Amino acid sequence: MLIKKTLTMLAAMALAVNGGAAAELKVGFVYVGPIGDHGWSYQHDQGRLAVEKELGVETSYVESVAEGADAERVIRQLASSGHDLIFTTSFGYMNPTNKVAKRFKKVKFEHATGYKRAKNVSTYSSRFYEGRAIIGAIAGRMTKSNVVGYIASFPIPEVIRGIDAFTLALRKENPDAIVKVVWVNSWFDPGKESDAAKALIDQGADIITQHTDSPAPLQVAEKRGVYAFGQASDMKAFAPKAQLTSIIDDWSPYYIERVKAVMDGSWESKDTWGGLDTGMVKMAPYGDAVPEDVRKLADSIEKSIVDGSFHPFQGPIKNQKGELVVKEGEILSDEVLVGLDWYVEGVEGSIPK
Amino acid sequence: MEILVPALLTIITAATPLLFAALGELITEKSGVLNLGVEGMMVMGAIIGFVAVHYSGSAFIAVIASMLAGGVMAAIFALLVLRFHASQVPTGLALTIFGIGLSALIGQSMIGIAYEGIPHVSIPFLSSIPVLGALLFSHDLLVYFSLVMVFAVYYFLNKTRGGLILRAIGDSHDAAHAMGYSVIRVRLLATLFGGAMAGLGGAYLSLAYSPLWVEQMTAGRGWIALALVVFATWRTGRVLLGAYLFGGITILQLHAQALGIGVPAQVMSMLPYLATVLVLVLISRDLGKIKLNAPASLGKAFHASS
Repeated sequence: MLIKKTLTMLAAMALAVNGGAAAELKVGFVYVGPIGDHGWSYQHDQGRLAVEKELGVETSYVESVAEGADAERVIRQLASSGHDLIFTTSFGYMNPTNKVAKRFKKVKFEHATGYKRAKNVSTYSSRFYEGRAIIGAIAGRMTKSNVVGYIASFPIPEVIRGIDAFTLALRKENPDAIVKVVWVNSWFDPGKESDAAKALIDQGADIITQHTDSPAPLQVAEKRGVYAFGQASDMKAFAPKAQLTSIIDDWSPYYIERVKAVMDGSWESKDTWGGLDTGMVKMAPYGDAVPEDVRKLADSIEKSIVDGSFHPFQGPIKNQKGELVVKEGEILSDEVLVGLDWYVEGVEGSIPK
Repeated sequence: MEILVPALLTIITAATPLLFAALGELITEKSGVLNLGVEGMMVMGAIIGFVAVHYSGSAFIAVIASMLAGGVMAAIFALLVLRFHASQVPTGLALTIFGIGLSALIGQSMIGIAYEGIPHVSIPFLSSIPVLGALLFSHDLLVYFSLVMVFAVYYFLNKTRGGLILRAIGDSHDAAHAMGYSVIRVRLLATLFGGAMAGLGGAYLSLAYSPLWVEQMTAGRGWIALALVVFATWRTGRVLLGAYLFGGITILQLHAQALGIGVPAQVMSMLPYLATVLVLVLISRDLGKIKLNAPASLGKAFHASS
């Protein structure tokens, strides 16, 4: 595997070097997966294309960059080849980004889904969990076996937040339903993701949701006649009957805003956490299988999240042991949510440590 | 039992692409050629197979196209190492990088397109036997073909004159050359066979396993196939065993998680690799046994001296 990583890195470096000649403003992007993943990295690249189209600046990107030491080299390469603003779009790029940022004070960095900031490092993320609350409610209404399968990537707060928000909404509609989680230890491995979906369906799940990036689990759901939710982009083409809806990331507005800020000199380090209200999170059109009353419910939840009358992490919330952690009327603060590392009641199994 | 049968079915699916690629590499390595480009040939097979099925609608044409794609990749490799005596290890690695890049380029317009997967064939009567029927007689044709190929490769290597010549060339190309066998021609054919099988393994991923195209969808399976050949100590039967063992551990760990068994997922994901290392350590304790099966000229360039 080491060989493969090194190779990916080499290929990545080659790409980075081909960034192009000096221009007015150069914006670099680092992606964790291939832009052809039709999920996470694909959506970031759509944002990059929107920046190019809207502002006409030069952009370059490096795809499939492994998190860790390889990432540091790629980010440094981008910083030293005249990029003014660099977006690093995966949680695991947090330390490499900050390390490189210390050396390149004039270059501005934007790190997605992390929490470490510096004078020239901003962080940004979207509140995907708001979308999870909507699909959780839909799942609660639509599961018949009361078992929902959740394909998870890595045990980081981002993913756990999604599982918890989903489970809370699921059990609000259906207190008997439980969530089975399978960790595949990868953001992107269509084969393994589809194996995980099969395992969950074999163990009784009749709805599949995922926090991995390929549409493979939806295909399995379609074939096996169960329902599923898309991830990051609309995946209806892969599962016309099975996809109930999809949580879509839309990075374009944020990317355009930040590049503009660099252009007019107003850029400063900050933390942005946008949700349904800012358009960073969107829901795909409902599938045909979603009945009218469930659509209405989902719409009303979306509306109440946007207008602030409802919060997905609003008490009462119990942990796995059944202890009341958040009282009625209280809301888990953003500080807690950023580092969330425990399951709520209704999730089976334990978080891998 | 309710869970066991579907779990076993998934294991068969998970093992099949590994089996194809590893059988091909076994023949290549037995002839003395070490082609580390399996991942690149697989991913090319995956994309070409998917493109072919998209435009022709025929799974049969797609399978043939993917084998040709793997074969063409192998031919490039063969040209470089057999004709121009390029070093096999870096050439193989380069072939992988090339394949990943080229497949991404070809696949740009294939992203987001769905395919329903190659049809399963249920053998009449036999497939309705409880448990066994589902397990043995209701797969897609490629699964049966992979098992036929295990037998064919075994028979060829151990029971035919051609297999004997191939093994002789892999063990000592100079001696085989002196006896009048065409080392280059046999190695070329063995390399092409390896490429075609790797392409087929890739096509199994994009046509049957998860029928779609996404970049780098082989996700390291080519490297596992390479490890399998060593794991199997270059023996056909053990390649089959190894492929199913690898598939088995991968699938069982997913099931263990869904059942809520408290084994850390990371440890389970590590298991197949740990198993390979363990076997490598065990077999290297008995050098005689390795020498019996490992091709002695593996990876060495052959220069025909007059």
